[in-house]
Amino acid sequence: MSALPRAADLGLIGCHVCRLVCRQPPEGADDMACPRCGSALHRRKPATYARTWALLLAAFMMYLPANFLPIMRTASLNDVDDNTILSGVKELWINGSADLAIIVFVASILVPMLKFLVLGTLLISSHMRTDWAQVQRARLYRLVEFIGYWSMLDVFVVALLSALVRFNVLSRVEPLPGVIFFGLTVVLTMLASMSFDPRLIWDSRDSDD
Amino acid sequence: MSTTSLEALQICEECDTVHRRRAMTRGEVGKCACCGATLEHYHSLNPNTMLALVLTAFIVFVQANLWPIVTLGLNGRHSSTTLWGAIITMWQSNAQVISVLAAATLFFFPLVKMLSIGWLLWFARQRRCAPGFVPIMVTLHYIGPWTMSEVFVLGALVAIVKAKVYFDVVADPGIYAYAVLTVLITIFARVDMRELWNMRMKDEG
Repeated sequence: MSALPRAADLGLIGCHVCRLVCRQPPEGADDMACPRCGSALHRRKPATYARTWALLLAAFMMYLPANFLPIMRTASLNDVDDNTILSGVKELWINGSADLAIIVFVASILVPMLKFLVLGTLLISSHMRTDWAQVQRARLYRLVEFIGYWSMLDVFVVALLSALVRFNVLSRVEPLPGVIFFGLTVVLTMLASMSFDPRLIWDSRDSDD
Repeated sequence: MSTTSLEALQICEECDTVHRRRAMTRGEVGKCACCGATLEHYHSLNPNTMLALVLTAFIVFVQANLWPIVTLGLNGRHSSTTLWGAIITMWQSNAQVISVLAAATLFFFPLVKMLSIGWLLWFARQRRCAPGFVPIMVTLHYIGPWTMSEVFVLGALVAIVKAKVYFDVVADPGIYAYAVLTVLITIFARVDMRELWNMRMKDEG
């Protein structure tokens, strides 16, 4: 493993935007721009720990009301029903189709939870500069990046149903505040995983110089 | 190091390992030997084919946005909606945050993405560098993860199944347009637009 050269050791920087291989600027010149696309060059994403932790905590604070507050109200002639994410899944399981219920459960409940756990683990383990399970951690990061935006599923379901079910007093669907918190959770977790720098997973190798 | 020119190298985005570029055969995917991330695909970006695909995607996108997606029926009354119908409803129901999110990720970002890729490819097939190449490529990099049309398709499916319990549901042409769009997006996802950066270098050199 250690035979593979890393950019930082060779005095190279890869542009984060266009991937151009650049020579590292001399001492102290932190604000060098990429000669090809003009983006700022960094060895690692700037302030990655602080930003990722902040975004992750903010996302978690949104995640609690997103799950406890109702996301959608269904009203008909003689009854008003407020749905949370979990009760929506349950209803889908009973009335609709079990496979879709599983998809919604995974996208809306499991994936955000997985993101908190994975990003938290990555942040702590990278901070400790451990070389524990590096390949697996890199794979986890890729997984989180890939599945992150599918959590918007429930938000779009609420938006569509609210626009569709508009039969005045007979039947109505309205969005409730939970769905706003949920949308914000998804956006914040996406921003958190983008601001994490996966190169940190491998930075324990730097410790021997 | 001085013996190798920088163009012959590439750096893994996920672990910072330096690799030598090498010629790839058709269908081959270059993986990082250290972390397993994808380094590059075989140079599959043919501007003509891609331009045809973008044009198709654009037409389907317009249809998907204009045509209603689903119609619900209840006691002889009908109600249908388009994407913009949903966006406007969310705005009027005190969920402006969601309205803006949906408009951005389902309409504006995909639109900007298609138009700018089309623009770049139009010039690339003439082996020319498009006006505004650099800012457009940088913009594409940043809006890349924020287009969610395929999630919306799955959302429409879930909404249909949920509504079916209480209403008569008729799928409208819009949902088929979205289905085709999803297939096109999946094809797109396999092509790395960042190859255009390297094509441009060849032109200048």
